[in-house]
Amino acid sequence: MLDPLLEEKIREQIRTHKVLIYMKGTPEMPMCGFSYTAVRILDSLGFPYTAINVLEDPELRQGIKEFSNWPTLPQIYINGEFIGGCDILQEMHARNELRPLVEAAFAKADP
Amino acid sequence: MLTLDGLRQLLAEKLQALYVHVEDESHRHAGHRGRHQGVGGHYRVQVVSPLFTGKTLLQRHRLVYAALAEQMGQSIHALALQTYSPEELPASEMSHIEIA
Repeated sequence: MLDPLLEEKIREQIRTHKVLIYMKGTPEMPMCGFSYTAVRILDSLGFPYTAINVLEDPELRQGIKEFSNWPTLPQIYINGEFIGGCDILQEMHARNELRPLVEAAFAKADP
Repeated sequence: MLTLDGLRQLLAEKLQALYVHVEDESHRHAGHRGRHQGVGGHYRVQVVSPLFTGKTLLQRHRLVYAALAEQMGQSIHALALQTYSPEELPASEMSHIEIA
């Protein structure tokens, strides 16, 4: 069961960041190939994003999987919506579907 | 112990897959923490299933994870996923994909 406080914390993180990635490591030093690929794609879009390193927070590392009902990391949220993991990000990018989503998020007023 | 055949069979059955291709990429993550802890392998999976028709990527990946729910985090540490509906599969890719 996801702790209600942790759930609220995650909800708030997602609500207040237009582009958010839960990852292993940091954008400067990703600790997993999938997280590495995901942040390089986000970098290439040229918009700011927020990265949360789940390796620094074991509760969050498990909690985000339950929250998203998604068993792997990284996990990407754009405009409050769950996008998926590295493969989906990559495929959306290849289909030119990712940039419009991020642009739309930044066209909106701040939450 | 999850074998490649076992993984292939699971996906074929649970997803009514027409084609399944599985590669063990664990060797590419030999220095990975998960490997030392015996947390399971890294696999690359291509699945063609009629269940994917009309579904978003997110929904498709959720179907795959659901099919492997017992293995995720146990015998499977990481999955790279490519999902196709039968209509989408580029003919050029067919030759690379084994019949399940």
